[in-house]
Amino acid sequence: MPKAQLFITCLGDQFYTSTLQNMTHLLERLGVELTFPPEQTCCGQPLFNNGFEDKTRPVAMNFMRAFAKSDSPIIGPSGSCVSMVKHHYPSLFKEGTPEHSLALDIASRTFEFTEYLVNVFKITDVGAVYPHKVTYHASCHYLREMGLKTEAKTLLNQVKGLEFVQLNEEETCCGFGGAFTVTYPEVSRSMMENKVKHIISSGADTVVTCEPGCLMNVAGGLHKAGSSIRAMHIVDLLSSKES
Amino acid sequence: MTETHPYIGFEKYSEHVPPSIPLAVQQATSRFVGGRAARVAELPQWGQLRRIGSDIRQHTIENMDVYLTRLEEKVAAAGGHVHWAETAEDARRIVLQIAKENNVKNVVKSKSMATEEIELNHALEAAGIEALETDLGEYIIQLAGTGPSHIIVPAVHLKKEEIAALFSAKLDINAPTDPIELARIAREVLREKFLNAGMGISGGNFLVAETGTLVMVTNEGNGRMCTTMPELHVAVVGIDKVIPDWESLTVFLKLLARSATGQKLSTYTQFITGPRRAEGEFGPKEFHLVLLDNGRSKILKDPIGRDVLKCIRCGACANVCPVYKNVGGFAYGSFISGPIGAILSPQMYGTQAARELPYASTLCGACADVCPVKIPIPTILRHLRRRVAQGDAFALPTIPAPIRETANLASLALAQDWIYRLGARLLPIINPFFRKDNWLSNMPYPLNRWTKVRPLPPFGARFRKWWIVRSVKETESTR
Repeated sequence: MPKAQLFITCLGDQFYTSTLQNMTHLLERLGVELTFPPEQTCCGQPLFNNGFEDKTRPVAMNFMRAFAKSDSPIIGPSGSCVSMVKHHYPSLFKEGTPEHSLALDIASRTFEFTEYLVNVFKITDVGAVYPHKVTYHASCHYLREMGLKTEAKTLLNQVKGLEFVQLNEEETCCGFGGAFTVTYPEVSRSMMENKVKHIISSGADTVVTCEPGCLMNVAGGLHKAGSSIRAMHIVDLLSSKES
Repeated sequence: MTETHPYIGFEKYSEHVPPSIPLAVQQATSRFVGGRAARVAELPQWGQLRRIGSDIRQHTIENMDVYLTRLEEKVAAAGGHVHWAETAEDARRIVLQIAKENNVKNVVKSKSMATEEIELNHALEAAGIEALETDLGEYIIQLAGTGPSHIIVPAVHLKKEEIAALFSAKLDINAPTDPIELARIAREVLREKFLNAGMGISGGNFLVAETGTLVMVTNEGNGRMCTTMPELHVAVVGIDKVIPDWESLTVFLKLLARSATGQKLSTYTQFITGPRRAEGEFGPKEFHLVLLDNGRSKILKDPIGRDVLKCIRCGACANVCPVYKNVGGFAYGSFISGPIGAILSPQMYGTQAARELPYASTLCGACADVCPVKIPIPTILRHLRRRVAQGDAFALPTIPAPIRETANLASLALAQDWIYRLGARLLPIINPFFRKDNWLSNMPYPLNRWTKVRPLPPFGARFRKWWIVRSVKETESTR
């Protein structure tokens, strides 16, 4: 039986409990034996991306210690947080140090949720049913840093009843960008409004993304625009059994 | 040393972007993005070309002294004069000196980012020399009295109606909104000036060290007139524009027009090697090349930041940048805007003046994907954010204290899981105060900077508890 550790991400932890529960159920249903290291907090990306590399190191160390207790794969429902661990942790530590080796080890076994399903677990049909018109927003780090161009769509393609509609400017940033939202709120607003405009004009009743950050931004934007379109994390859509 | 630059207030500007700017910018840039994508799709070896282009530029900036020395020799051998300008002030002084020695009263200019960088027009005007921009876009912004808002389309922020109004006001005519008519009006004004100019000033897209050749890639033909009709031609070019040889040039000519405008090749590609050789030949009597440093050799000392000097000024990064497309070029507060401006200005003007620019990005990475010479823009943005936040060998930190304190606290709380978990348990307490329709709105600082734009989901970290309860139940049931 394959084993894995849940990396819930701090945004997931604070705002998306049911998504994390769905991820647990879905992976367990597929036969993955899950553990959850409770010492995990945040991957440190907000500090890292804002230039506080020195302040990131202790946060990364906390993460690595939490997940080093087991040697099983680490699965997170966020391309951005996973990319932080996978691509940036090794750069935080000097080559040749035990911390650097640990970072390389952790990086090599950390996977984004859809990446794990499609490329590691090799499953594309998880038995989901979702008879709706669905459009997809490609999140920046998921797409460009992780290079996950087809995984989400491959999974959506197998969902029964789902009608996929293409989102105009699918690969354009929604304006989240972590601290960017509060550093330049007005620019973030314009970007978010563009994204929301395209989602509404797609004709879909659901927009799906693989990123809690984008989800918060887009769902909030849709609500503010008075739209009834549902913004969903892909985990929740893939856990759906009916309507 | 480079001159002190006024503080670049990106945030302040971003709060009051004239709504016409993003509209005009998005319209123009999507045309370029579409054109570029089509050209790239036609070329199966595009990825290979980018790699080669990137390698050549990397090699060149790492051996710039060698190629610049060669270039100087070859330009001199072809009968041209080479001037070294360490600063913008030096460059202006050199150009004014040449104008003075030759008693020049009228100058025609072709589009040049280097002369925008040194703000040459102001200096010429102050010296009583009329300098006229002859590129249509540059002519428009000269009439408007602003700098460029895009690397290759300087007036991209203006709609045709605004340009017509500008022409009407400045030229005292009744200008129509038809772009072809507007171009005709400009052409008539400019034609006269070409004939009377004592000096032509240009920039340059590349400097081929092998033969001392200035390469100009243009679309309007005015560049050719500026560099051949007047008796004097002065080219002001950044030292970073040097490339080794003609073989490398073929790579960049393939990359540049496709990335910039979605053309296979620009309408005009000019190769200028020195002045005319004999009376009766076309071309100017004298050719001067002003090689502009203005902080570039300082940037070269930074092994990460120096990759910005690989840039071939195609503007593709701006065309795909969602931030640029929503704020326009003026937000970047200098001659160069978009993602490349966000990594050049903080290095050229320092992180005192330009500390906001490295943060003017969501790190979405679209720029790096299209850059024809593979400049790792997000990596350099993060590098410069480190310079701003913690300081490095090049500059002391310039981040405001409250942000630094917030980061210190966050680091402390996130590195100790008990603090984090305590915080997660306490946060839901504030939900009832701001809750409306299952969303949180109108929150106090700093969360108001989120909720002024869109509501926040309620805090509700319940997963950890759920996991524990569930594990206990499982243990009991298996017992």
